[in-house]
Order: sequence, then C-alpha cells, then structure tokens
Amino acid sequence: MKKQSEAQGYSFFQKHSQLLIPVTILALLLLFNLLRDSSYFNIAIRFNNDNNPVLAGNLISTIVDASELVILSIGMTLVTAACGGQDISVGALGTIAATMFAKVLYLFDEIGVAQILVALLATCGVTVLFSLFNGTLVAVFKIQPMIATLILFTCGRSIAYWIGQIANLFIPENPITPIIGTVIPGFPVPTPVLIVAVVGILFALVFKFTNLRLYTQTVGINQGAARLNGINCVAIKLISFAILGVCCAIAGVINVCRIGGKVTYNSLMVDFEMKAILAVAIGGNSLGGGKFRIIGSVLGAYAYCLLFNTLIAMKVPSTHITAYQAVVIFLLVIFSSDQVKETIAKFWKTWIVGKFRSKTTGTDISSGKEA
Amino acid sequence: MKKILSLVLALALVLSLVAVASADGIKVGIVNNPPSESGYREANVKDFETVFSAENGYEVMTAYTLKNDEQLAAAERFVNAGVDVLLISAAETTGWDTVLKLAKDNGILVFLFDRMIDCDPDLYEAAVVSNMANEGALAVDWLLGLNLPEYNIIHIQGAMGSDAQVGRTGAVDEQAAAGKFNLVAQQTATWDETTAKQIVESVINSGEKFNIIYAENDGMAQGAVAALDEAGITHGKDGDVIVMGFDCNKWALRKVLAGEWNYDGQCSPFQAAVIDEMIKTLSNGGTIEGLNEKKQKISEETCFVCDTITEDDINNYGLGD
Repeated sequence: MKKQSEAQGYSFFQKHSQLLIPVTILALLLLFNLLRDSSYFNIAIRFNNDNNPVLAGNLISTIVDASELVILSIGMTLVTAACGGQDISVGALGTIAATMFAKVLYLFDEIGVAQILVALLATCGVTVLFSLFNGTLVAVFKIQPMIATLILFTCGRSIAYWIGQIANLFIPENPITPIIGTVIPGFPVPTPVLIVAVVGILFALVFKFTNLRLYTQTVGINQGAARLNGINCVAIKLISFAILGVCCAIAGVINVCRIGGKVTYNSLMVDFEMKAILAVAIGGNSLGGGKFRIIGSVLGAYAYCLLFNTLIAMKVPSTHITAYQAVVIFLLVIFSSDQVKETIAKFWKTWIVGKFRSKTTGTDISSGKEA
Repeated sequence: MKKILSLVLALALVLSLVAVASADGIKVGIVNNPPSESGYREANVKDFETVFSAENGYEVMTAYTLKNDEQLAAAERFVNAGVDVLLISAAETTGWDTVLKLAKDNGILVFLFDRMIDCDPDLYEAAVVSNMANEGALAVDWLLGLNLPEYNIIHIQGAMGSDAQVGRTGAVDEQAAAGKFNLVAQQTATWDETTAKQIVESVINSGEKFNIIYAENDGMAQGAVAALDEAGITHGKDGDVIVMGFDCNKWALRKVLAGEWNYDGQCSPFQAAVIDEMIKTLSNGGTIEGLNEKKQKISEETCFVCDTITEDDINNYGLGD
C-alpha cells in the first residue's frame, strides 16, 4: 500500500515538476509580500469617475497588468515549441496592431460593437499576415526564428508610424474602447481579465479537441520523425506563427485601450518580446522546442508581473528596479538549470530521504550495509 | 533584365548629378530623430522641413534616426557630400568630436538644435535649445504659487539621464530637499504611458495620500490620469488631484482647456526660423549675437494653466493635431 501511494506521489511530481518553478516563484513572492506588508493583499471595490464599480488592489493591478503578457506568452510558447526558437517581433507587431485598430475605427462615422469587431478582425488579418511572413522565413526558408523575426523587430515600429501617419494618434472617441480598457458598467471585474479568461478557455478547448499539441510537440522534438508520420511540418509552424499573430493583435488592442487610446509608436509594448520569452522560460518550457505546457508560461507571465508590482509597491528607486529584476531572473535561471536540479535531487535523496529512512528502519538503503 | 536595371540606375545617377549641379541654393544636411518618436519630434521635423525648403533657397538632405552611430555616419556622409550647413539634434551627447572637427576643417557651418552635445563650443556656430531646468523651475514656481497646505507629489520621471528628465526633475528635487515638497513616489516610467499608470496605481493601492501628479511629459500624464479615473479620483480644475504635464501637445492642451488637467509646460520645437536667421546673418558677413558662454540661444518658453488657457493658445502653441 505504502509503495503504491509513494509511486503515485512520485508520478504526480514527475507530471507537474515543470510547474514547480513558476509556482514556487509565485508562492515566494506572495509570501514575501505577506511578511513585508499584509495590506498588499487588500482588495476593495472602488467607483471610477464614470461611477462604475471596479475591483481594485495590488493583486488585481498585477493580474490586469499581466493581461497582454499572458496572451503573448501563449502564442510564444507555441512558436517556441514548434520552431525551437523565439519571435522577437511581438512588441513591434503589437504596435502595428494598435495603430491598425485605431486607423480602421476612423473609417466609421459611428462606433458600436459591430464596428469594433470589424476593426479587430481587420487588425487580426494584418498581424497574421506579418506573422505568416515571419513564419514563412522560418518554416520554408529555414532561417533561425530570432534572425527571421529580427527584420520585423527592426522595422515594425516604423511600419506602424507609416500606417498611422501622425505622431499623436488616438483611437477616436467612442463608448466601447474605454470599456475594453477598464470595466463593463456594473460589472467590477476588469475587462482585460475577462478577455484573458476567454482566450485561455478557447486555447484549452483547441488543445482538448484537436491534435495541435501533439503535432506541435512532435515537430519540435523531431521533424524527420514527424514528417515520416505524415505531419506537415511547414503547416504546423505556420499555424503556430498565425496564432501568435492573433495573440499580438489582441494584446496590442488591450494595451492601447488600457492607456486611454493613445498610440505611442516607440514605447507601446516595448520590451514585450523579451518579457514573453522570459515568461516561457520561467514556465519551465525548453527554449529549444519540443514539449511544452501553456499553463507554465501563463504562470510565468503572472510571476514576472507580480515581481514588477512588488518592486514598485516597495518604492524601489526607479534606477534600481531593473537590477533587482536581473537578480531574481539570475537566481531563477540558475535554479531551473538541469545541473542544479540534479544536484538538489541528489542532495535530497542522500541526505534528507536517506537519513530519514535509516532512522526509521535502521537500514541504509543506499549502501545496504546493515541489511 | 540585369542590363535594363543597370541602364536605369546609370540614368538615375546621371539625372541626379544634373539635378545637383543645376541647384544653386545653400546645401543643408539635417540630422534629427525620427518624427515617430513623439508629437514634439513630429512638429520639430516639420518645422525644419518647412523653413529649410527649396522655395526658401535651400537644398536639403535629411537623416532621421534614434541611434547615435547612425546619426554620426549620416553627418559624415553629409560632410563628404559637400554641404554648406549641418544641423544636428543628437541622439546622445557624446561621440561627436571627430565628425564636428571634420566639418569645421571643411568650412561647414554647424548648428545644434534641441539637444546639446558635449564638446568644445568652437566646433559649432550656435546651439538653439530649450532650457529644461527653466521648464522645471517654471512648473515648480507655479505649484508654489498655489500656496497649498500640503504638497504630496507623485513624480513620474522620463528616461533617466535624458536632458528633459534631468532638467525637469531638478527643480522638484530642490523643493523636496528643502522640505517643501513631500515626494510620495518618484519613479521613472521612461516616457511610457503604461508604466506611468502602474506607478500611480501602486500608490493608490497603498492608500497613501497625494494631491499632485508631476509627469515629465504629456504621455505619462495621460497614463497617470487613466489610473486616477479608474480609481474614481477626481482631477483637474475642480478635482482632488492636480495634474501636470510637459510638451504642449494639442491633445494635452485641450485637456487643460477642458479642466481635466491643470498645467502643461511648453517645450518649443520651433528652432528652424532662428537658425535660418543666423545663417543669413553669417552669410552677410555679420556675427551672431545674444549667445551665452556655451554659444546657446535659449528658446523662449511658457506654460499653460487651466484657468487662463484659451482656444488661441492651443492653435498657436499646440503640437500635432
């Protein structure tokens, strides 16, 4: 009986060991905040200047701020898994998306839900095209993803300005986009959180009812074997890029709506490519492709944002914030490396488990001398 | 195909040579940041392109980039192309000595605008710049003039080390050191709306009291206001929190006029006409007057306050659309 439950416990650990890192980081950060100042966890309902109720508090801020990153990290995980490399143009593409969204809305005299949906679809169309351009370079021309997407990374923001034409581009006045950025009147949960939930559920359904996960992993692990099994590697890679394109569109639109509708070509979603890659890495996914867990990346994104929020709540001097982030990331990368993991596992086995066993049963399992 | 292409290219080359030879205007090379950077830069680029145009007797070459090394390369290219005048708004303050010496040896007139360069003032004729410290002092004087019982300030800074940040921060730091201002938070948002919003949100969540937002540009003020709106905190003319921004974009001035913001400090991007005047003076054998020891000509700048701003101010001083 005992053996069986141990085995079960072991397999549970094996199955979820990948999530150990992001969950531990989240837990440590929360614990740190609890010890530092328990009022950090206060959550209240406030009324905004339009007199609508809004959930507010540090945790809520963190979750809302993470919205764009969570959505991007989902797409980034897929691209990473299928292509064994990362797309570094997501920030630029998000800016193009925001610009496109604003520009399309200027075509309408009156803006309602239908027009917003049209604009969103047009935006998705454009970002998917750009993403497929990246995807083609990677899948067909076999260029390293980071090099292929370097092109759009370099020129993306200029393209956005070219689409926008003016430096001070705003989304035209309308009743809907402020709702996307804040809350639905009368419903206090911030809309970006709802959008993330919807996107998350959609992806969960896609993974449940299609072979996308299996195929993507197969392509990522061994292309030759995948091809022999009749999987179209090029198509799978293109699909992963197309999905990332849609993610960029959604993230870009949420971001521009959250800051009052102003498209800032050079600072919108800046550094998001690196944050998204980091989220994928914190999530325990191999950046070399292959097996992946979306939930890991999502938790990674939340962990990153919680770290940033904690640092501002602590009023760390602004010039030091990035240094603190670097220290945390450094520790994280070290502790998630296989080398350190193995050492810890060995230490655990010989010193903790071994000692414990020898005490209770009087035998040293590892050497078996007394047996 | 290749032959046709090379023929076309050769033809284009000949035509361009003819075009250069036929023009007899003053040749000007402009090195600036790209207009996509901000509303300020867009107005700045437009100002120079309007004043230094073919109609006004200039033959213009431009290079717009945020990267200092690309700017340096462009300046060198302009010198080799034989320009008469070089106008520079540098991305960074250092690294320019070699190129400027080269320009001086070739008898090229160099003018700096908007941004200073760390070098010997002998290397340029004049620098037409804003005094960012003045902008900060103007804003702080206005604040002190309100005689508020308390000054609890959220200070959102621009990219650390930039001219605008250093200048606009100085006056605030001075008052904080003197005990007049209480800085509830002083953090950089590197000119980014989203980060500005996060900083203000964090202060609101902590429950600390504040009554002033001092943002070092319009965009960050906008991000801060989004956080206030979400938390149901009133701002502007009759609100609980005073909102201050810089740059005088048209959209921002409209918010001041509407009473949503209280203050917007001007940062004038209109230096072209002044430089144009200087070039004419020099080419007529005159000398430029009214420069300080660093050969600077300081642009006159003002500020706009919600109680006194008018529609005309927006049209005359506002940047962009």
